[in-house]
Amino acid sequence: MNDALSTVLLAVFAGAIRVSTPFLFVSLGECLTEKSGRINLGLEGILVFGAMTGYAISYHSGSPWIGVLAAGVAGSLFGAFHGWVCKLPRVNDVAIGIAMMLFGTGLAFFFGKPYIQPTAPRLPALELGFWSDVPQVREALKINPLFFAGLAVAIVLWWAFRNTRWGLIVRMTGDSSATARAMGYSVDWVRFLATTVGGFLAGVGGAFLSLYYPGSWTEGLSSGQGLMAVALVIFARWNPLACFAAAVLFGGAGAIGPALQSVGISQGYHFFNAAPYILTLLIMILSISPKRSLRGAPAELSLMK
Amino acid sequence: MTETTQSSGLAAPSAIGEWIGGMRRSAEFIVIPLFALFVSASLFSLFLLALGKSPQTFFELLWRGGFGTEFSWQNTLVRTAPLILTALCVAIPARLGLVIIGGEGALVLSGFTAAVVALPLLSWAPPFVVMPVMLLTAAITGALWIGAVGALRHYRGINETIASLLMFYIAVSILNFFVEGVLRDPSDPNKPSTAPIGPANMVGEIPGLHVHWGLAFGVVIAIVLGIVMSRTTFGFAARVTGGNVRAARAQGLPVGTLMVSATMIAGACAGVAGYFEVAAILGKANGSLIAGYGFTGILVSFLARHNPIAIAPVAVLFGGLAAAGGLIQRRMGLPDATVQVLQGLIFVVLLVSETLYGRFRLFDPEARG
Repeated sequence: MNDALSTVLLAVFAGAIRVSTPFLFVSLGECLTEKSGRINLGLEGILVFGAMTGYAISYHSGSPWIGVLAAGVAGSLFGAFHGWVCKLPRVNDVAIGIAMMLFGTGLAFFFGKPYIQPTAPRLPALELGFWSDVPQVREALKINPLFFAGLAVAIVLWWAFRNTRWGLIVRMTGDSSATARAMGYSVDWVRFLATTVGGFLAGVGGAFLSLYYPGSWTEGLSSGQGLMAVALVIFARWNPLACFAAAVLFGGAGAIGPALQSVGISQGYHFFNAAPYILTLLIMILSISPKRSLRGAPAELSLMK
Repeated sequence: MTETTQSSGLAAPSAIGEWIGGMRRSAEFIVIPLFALFVSASLFSLFLLALGKSPQTFFELLWRGGFGTEFSWQNTLVRTAPLILTALCVAIPARLGLVIIGGEGALVLSGFTAAVVALPLLSWAPPFVVMPVMLLTAAITGALWIGAVGALRHYRGINETIASLLMFYIAVSILNFFVEGVLRDPSDPNKPSTAPIGPANMVGEIPGLHVHWGLAFGVVIAIVLGIVMSRTTFGFAARVTGGNVRAARAQGLPVGTLMVSATMIAGACAGVAGYFEVAAILGKANGSLIAGYGFTGILVSFLARHNPIAIAPVAVLFGGLAAAGGLIQRRMGLPDATVQVLQGLIFVVLLVSETLYGRFRLFDPEARG
């Protein structure tokens, strides 16, 4: 019994780190975009398209890291398009996001057909469990470098929002476009850049899905992670460090089902599959109040109006 | 006496002028979406050319597979029925300014509950009992599912777009949990499904059309909702709320009741779509319910500018596109996602074309010349 429990806990720990990495990247991308005052629901589409691009390029080039880069570039192109289109008058950023979600997913399935069968080189893991003799511990401590890269991005963003000129400009555009304009900054340009960089991060998150965990390209690869990341940013109150914590929490929730299955408990598997979505909804219900505005919320965000 | 004749003499031409002005204004809502469709078709042709495929063959096959023969029309109209209903699930809340994209979830869950509620009735109840019970169950399930999204939005301030999509994934998990678990029909070796509802309880065809009654239901519901949204106080209050929530509150409109009832109507529409998928097509509930009608319905509603009456013809167009998908896939050697790419492209171009409204003097009755 005790043995099974420790197996499950280790599996949840390892799963939390594995599952959280794409959440982390997408939520950081969304956090940056939303801080500038725009919402990009198309990150779900970018995630899927990034997963496909990363896998395809890794297969052709033989290097998974080139795949990750290509996924990021593809994601930033989608982000740039979103950023450009939304500056036109009367164009709604939420609706464009939904359209980009369907378009990006469609394109990914279209071009991804030939890559479902072949095996592309995957991303290597760092063996941080070398000091232990227990195989489960060694297995649990195989951590992908992208996880640490995500952590680093979170810290840099958090620091930059507070302490740099650029961070101040992004926050100012998000809180009051009139002020930004009065200070002589182009609101459209700042938002365009923020959405583009946000798209890059989401693309990298997608590459993690196909190149590390689950580690292959299939059409059912992403199931709403991109959208849950949007909810996660609200929960994290637009704080990149809190995004990190929230992503790990979500990863843990997503890892419970597979972890229980690994010790032979498969009852209610589909309900554990639903756990992250239910958790997201509950968190939104508990953390949002219609009575007061949220601390840290960019005032220009259409999501909040 | 002279005064009245004078005023009526003045009123007549201004009424005609107003009517022409109105026509010019509504022409804008037809011309710009058509232009968007044309641009999307051109862009998609370039896409096909870049891949070394012939756009001409594509559009010929699209025509033949969707509208060319009696059989393809039948195929198109069978897909039109759920598209009308799922588009209404987007259109009605959109009038209040709510963007609901989880109609697929309501469709899936309602189809499932309709199939399940029939199970205990099958052995003893006649079809005229089973069928309305199934339909009602489906409509109520959908109404509660999407209505919950509206209630969360109003009472807790939760973004309805995200919540409704999250609930789609939850609906799919619920379906899979039961269909692959306790409610799985052991006699079905193929796909995990619930027990069939039996041929007697299936919905028949509209005489002379070879299309099930769901199409008639969809068209009638669309017309009724079109009248409700444009000619009743409910529709007016909904539009005021959609235009400006604060103004609506200041006028004392019951914004919360409006939001919840509009989302419940919307969910009921998607629920009816789920019922017909089960009772007219599948005969049981299984994973085939997740066919993407809910997502195509979003596009249909946006293209129809959330106007219930315009939704029916637009749904025929996309029903045809879906019906031709298989033919295009086989004949041109394109992946099955081709239709999805075209739909996504149309959606993006359509939303970008929003920026064109009000830019042309042709459509502006105030401008002279």
